[in-house]
Amino acid sequence: MLILENLSVVREGREIIKNVNLTVKRREIHLILGVNGSGKTTLAQAIMGIYPCRGRIIFEGEDITSLPVHERARRGITLAFQEPARFEGLLVKDYLMLSAKEKDMKEVERVIKMVGLPRSILFQEIGENLSGGERKRVELASVLLMKPKLAILDEPDSGIDMLSFRLISEVIEKMKDMGTSVMLITHSEDMINIADRATILCSGKAIQTGTRDEIKALFKYSPCPLKR
Amino acid sequence: MDVKKEYETLVKYYESSGGNSRALISKDYASMVINGDKVLAKNSTEGIKIEATRIGEGVRATIRIKKGYRAKNPVHLCFGMLPREGRQVIQTEIIAEEESEVKFITHCIFPNAINVEHVMDAKLHIMRNARVEYEEVHFHGKSGGVKVLPKTFVDVDDGGEYNSSFIVKSGRAGYIDIEYEVHLAKNARSMLVSKIYGKGDDFIRANESIFLEGEHSSGVIKTRMALRDNARSEVIGKTVGIGSYSRGHVDCTEIIMDNAQALATPIVMAKNPRAKVTHEAAIGSVDKKQLITLLSRGLSEEEAIDVIVRGLLK
Repeated sequence: MLILENLSVVREGREIIKNVNLTVKRREIHLILGVNGSGKTTLAQAIMGIYPCRGRIIFEGEDITSLPVHERARRGITLAFQEPARFEGLLVKDYLMLSAKEKDMKEVERVIKMVGLPRSILFQEIGENLSGGERKRVELASVLLMKPKLAILDEPDSGIDMLSFRLISEVIEKMKDMGTSVMLITHSEDMINIADRATILCSGKAIQTGTRDEIKALFKYSPCPLKR
Repeated sequence: MDVKKEYETLVKYYESSGGNSRALISKDYASMVINGDKVLAKNSTEGIKIEATRIGEGVRATIRIKKGYRAKNPVHLCFGMLPREGRQVIQTEIIAEEESEVKFITHCIFPNAINVEHVMDAKLHIMRNARVEYEEVHFHGKSGGVKVLPKTFVDVDDGGEYNSSFIVKSGRAGYIDIEYEVHLAKNARSMLVSKIYGKGDDFIRANESIFLEGEHSSGVIKTRMALRDNARSEVIGKTVGIGSYSRGHVDCTEIIMDNAQALATPIVMAKNPRAKVTHEAAIGSVDKKQLITLLSRGLSEEEAIDVIVRGLLK
């Protein structure tokens, strides 16, 4: 589904992503694991088209390397930010309707329930009144409603409590069941349990890709393989 | 054009701009319809008395809300100027007597304006524990040939409340010069909101002040503007803390695009060590994170900017 060929990203004169080769298969949850500063977010944003890059990004057989963000989105890729934006004057329901593939309020209500939020939140503004956790779940709902082929989720598990962690894990698995491939950016190895495969990113390099069990084994023998 | 025809035309515009035309003919609603210098219709109710007289180039109106009267229905005012050119002067005096409560919905309609000047001179007296909400919505034509010059002076007595909003809902803003001055007594409150989208060579100036004279009075001035093309704005928001424990805040956000220019000057002044006045002002292009979020949902850049600006001005 997604193939990265020798992908490099230079920002402010510094090479953040270095010749990354990576494949995300159809209907798989692919973890990108790395410590802070390893280049995970830059990689995610480069795939979405936010940063220019060298190398090639192939999506569904098409070279999308030079396409702008919205064209990539229209081909079925989307990105949920680690810290989602807030929008003054925009109600949650209207925001969700923007991305919804089916413009159906009942579907919006179903999805908001799926991410563990009350129906009443639909009539609130996406402003300062929503907590960080609520905002993250609204973002997940927005991605679910878009029904993308590939969802890139940047640290959906950061800054949330244990209950929310479980719920978010379930939602990601549901995404997969719905036919979406998920690239999950995280620095927490706990997420490995829902992944099919994982890639370890270290100083901008993809140092290892493997199945869930292969990557789990790495953690078993090394207290912190992410810091290699 | 005869009066009946004028009325029908204005009401048609009023309806198309979202106004409730039934409210203009119902005896349960206090209302007034003015075109140019003519009062086309006027209705007082049990608790709200409206008087209006023609003056040179306009109308002078007095609206009085009786003591203790809490209006169930809003007062509908429609100020229109149908001709393409001309000047309209509206002088209003609104007195909300003690313990009364009312909401005004005012539509200012200048659909054909090529060279129209609308001068508004309003004085409001909100008496003890009275509450007035004044919503002013403008519907302009596409040419930008309208000059809107509203000047408002408000006195709010102990425990009273005055909230206003000024919104240009459709068409070009044209030339707008808003002057607002609110004086708050003990425990009085006020919030002034203006939301305007400037395009072409529109010029918008908003000079709004709240004087927090009484103890525990509080006031907020909130301005939201979006400017594109060669539009310009000058925003002055001023709160003066005079009374003990008074609280004031100035909050201005402006988005500028193309060659637009914005100037925001928040002024916070305290004349009492127990008063607290604060401000925040932000001018800049469309927020990048908001933009990219919407692009990554498949909206084009133009669609995304439209969503962001509409939200800001909502």
